[in-house]
Amino acid sequence: MNAPNTAQPAIPNDYAAYPDARGRFGDYGGQYVPETLMPLVHDLDAAYAAAKADEGFQAELADYLIHYVGRPSPLYFAARLTEHFGGAKIYLKREELNHTGSHKINNCMGQILLAMRMGKTRIIAETGAGQHGVATATVCARFGLPCIVYMGAVDVERQKPNVFRMNLLGAEVRPVTSGSATLKDAMNEALRDWVTNVHDTYYLIGTAAGMHPYPAMVRDFQAIIGRETRAQILEMEGRLPDAVVACVGGGSNAIGLFHPFLNDEGVKIIGVEAAGSGLDSGRHAAAINGGRPGVLHGNLTYLLQDREGQIEEAHSISAGLDYPGIGPEHSWLHDVGRATYLSATDAESLDAFMLLSKLEGILPAIETAHALARIGDIAKDVGKGGIVVLNLSGRGDKDVNTVAAHLGRTI
Amino acid sequence: MSKSRIEARFAALKAEGRAAFVPYVMAGDPDAATALAILKGLPGAGADLIEVGFPFSDPMAEGPPIQRAAQRALSKGMTLQGTLDQVRAFREGDQTTPVILMGYTNPLITWGLEAFARDASAAGVDGLIIVDTPPEESGPLADACDAHDISLIRLATPTSDDARLKVVVARTSGFVYYVSVAGVTGVKEADAEAVAPQVARVRRASGLPVAVGFGIKTPERAAAIARVADAVVVGSALVDEVAEAVALNEDVTARVLSKVAALAKAVRLARQDLATV
Repeated sequence: MNAPNTAQPAIPNDYAAYPDARGRFGDYGGQYVPETLMPLVHDLDAAYAAAKADEGFQAELADYLIHYVGRPSPLYFAARLTEHFGGAKIYLKREELNHTGSHKINNCMGQILLAMRMGKTRIIAETGAGQHGVATATVCARFGLPCIVYMGAVDVERQKPNVFRMNLLGAEVRPVTSGSATLKDAMNEALRDWVTNVHDTYYLIGTAAGMHPYPAMVRDFQAIIGRETRAQILEMEGRLPDAVVACVGGGSNAIGLFHPFLNDEGVKIIGVEAAGSGLDSGRHAAAINGGRPGVLHGNLTYLLQDREGQIEEAHSISAGLDYPGIGPEHSWLHDVGRATYLSATDAESLDAFMLLSKLEGILPAIETAHALARIGDIAKDVGKGGIVVLNLSGRGDKDVNTVAAHLGRTI
Repeated sequence: MSKSRIEARFAALKAEGRAAFVPYVMAGDPDAATALAILKGLPGAGADLIEVGFPFSDPMAEGPPIQRAAQRALSKGMTLQGTLDQVRAFREGDQTTPVILMGYTNPLITWGLEAFARDASAAGVDGLIIVDTPPEESGPLADACDAHDISLIRLATPTSDDARLKVVVARTSGFVYYVSVAGVTGVKEADAEAVAPQVARVRRASGLPVAVGFGIKTPERAAAIARVADAVVVGSALVDEVAEAVALNEDVTARVLSKVAALAKAVRLARQDLATV
C-alpha cells in the first residue's frame, strides 16, 4: 500500500494478463472503499467475470453495439490533416460517430446489460462533461431503468446542453456543490449514494478508474475501439500503426484504444493529459505529468495532491478531463515505460479544435482536441511513410459555447 | 501502553455494567486552539473514549456535517502533524482516556504507514480507523500498527454477512466499530431494535467489545443504543454543534461540551433505566 516509485517495476511478458487477482496493475489499482461497499464490489467482480465468459452475454452486447450504437466506427484517413503536418499518415478512429456522440456508450451498453443481469433496478452515474451522463441516461431510457446522474455544479453550468439532453432522456441530474463542484466531487457524491442504497443500486462508472473491477471492466468494454482499429488498419494498410494516440482524463477512451496494442512492441502508445494553463502554472489536470501516487475513489494511482496528501483541484477547459486522478492501468503503463504521457494546454487544444474543424470538417470534443494538439509533433516524429492513429473520442457540438467564449464571441 | 489503554477502559466499563460514550470530533474544527480546548474538556464532560477525525479533502463515506467540518479544519490549516500535536497536548493532562484517530488513507500514505504508526503511538494515539482501507488492502497498515502497539479498528456493517465478518475481524483489536446503517455519516437514524442482534453477532465473531456509530443524534437514541452495545459513538451531531456555535457567534467549546455531557449522561443512565423499568 505504500506509494510505489522507488524500485524499477518489472516489465511484464503479457500486458493483457493484468490486473492480477487483487485488482492490481503492478502496484496500482486495488479496492480502497468503505466496508459497506466491499460485499457489493466482490459481487460485481464475480458477476462481471461470469458475464465476460458467457457467450450469450457477449453476443447480446455485440448485437446492441451494431444496431443501436452504430458500430463498427470508421477508421478514416485524414488526408488534409496529414498534408498539413507533412509527417506520418494520420488516421482518425471515429468514435464521435457513435450514438450519443462519443466512446462513452460502449461502456454504458456493457454495464447496463450487466446491471440488469445482476437484478439491479436503479442506476447512478457521475459525469464531467456530460458525455458519460448522456450515454448512461440513454441506455437507461432504452431499458426502462431510473437514472440519477451526479454532476458538479460548475460543470452543470458549463455543459447546459448536455444537462438538458439528460433531462430529455428521463434522467435526474443532481448538481453537486461540495468540494470543487466538478467531476471528483460528483464521484464522491455517487459513492455516497451507492453506500446508502446498496440493495437495488448499480453504480455505472464512466471511466477506467475507481475500485476493482471497474478499471478492468470499463477497459474491456472500451477495448472494442482498439480491436476494430487493429483489424481496420491491417485491412487498409496491411500493417500495424507506428503509434496510437488518445487524450487521457480518467483514460477510458485511451485504454480502449491502447489495450489491444500493448503486446505489439513496435506500436508506440501515447496519451495526452490536460495541461490547463500550463504544467508550471499549478492549474492543470495532468495526474502523471504533475502528480504522484496516492489513493482516491477506491484506487492507488497518480493523483494531483498537496504535500499533505490532500487532493488538489484539477483545472482544464475540458470538463471531461477536469479530474485529479487517472486510471490505474495508465499509471502502471507509465511506470513500466510501455506508454508515454504528453500534455496539451487549454490554448493548444483550442487551436487544435479549430484546425480539425477547418481541415477535415469535423468538430472534435474539446477533450479529444488535447490529443489533436500533439498529433502534429507525433506525426513529424514518426515521419513520412509512418502511420499514426488518433482516437477521435467525441464530437464537439457540446463545446461550441466554451469555444465561443474563449474566442470572445457570443452565440 | 496503547492497546492496553483501550482494553483497560472497556474492562472498567464492564465492571461498572455500562456502555462507553465515544464522542467524535474533527481535529482543528473550527480552529486548532478551540479544537484542543474541546478535546481537553471531553473526559470531564463524560467521554470514555475519544475519536479524533483527521481531515481529508474527499471523505467519501461522510455526510454533509463531517464533510463541512473537514473543510473548516483544512481551511484553517489543520494537517496530520497538527492532529498528532493535538493528541500529544491532550496526553499531557490525560493518561487514561483512549484516543482513536479516524480518517482516510491518503494522508497516511503520504506520511508513510510505518513512520506514521510510530509517530502516532509516540503522540499517545491508541487506535486507528481508516475508512477507505478494508481488510483486503490493510496488510501493510496492520503490520505498522502491530509494530507500534496501535489497535487497527475495523468497521462491520449491515452488509457484512457471517463469511465477511470473519474477514473483517481478522487482525483487529481493541473493539469493532459497527456501522449501524448502510449509508454515510449523520443522515439515516439508527434503529436500536435492528442493531441489537447485529451487535451480538459481531461480538460473537470478534470476541471484542462492539461500538455502534452512524445515525445517533439525540440522548434518547444514544441511550437506546447503549442498552445493546458496548459503546455509543456520536459524531455528526457534535460537529453540527460546532457549526451552529460558529454561526451564532457562541462559545463553541461550551456548546459542544454541553451536548457531550447530555449524551454521556444518557449513556451512563441507560441501563439503570432499563433495570428500574
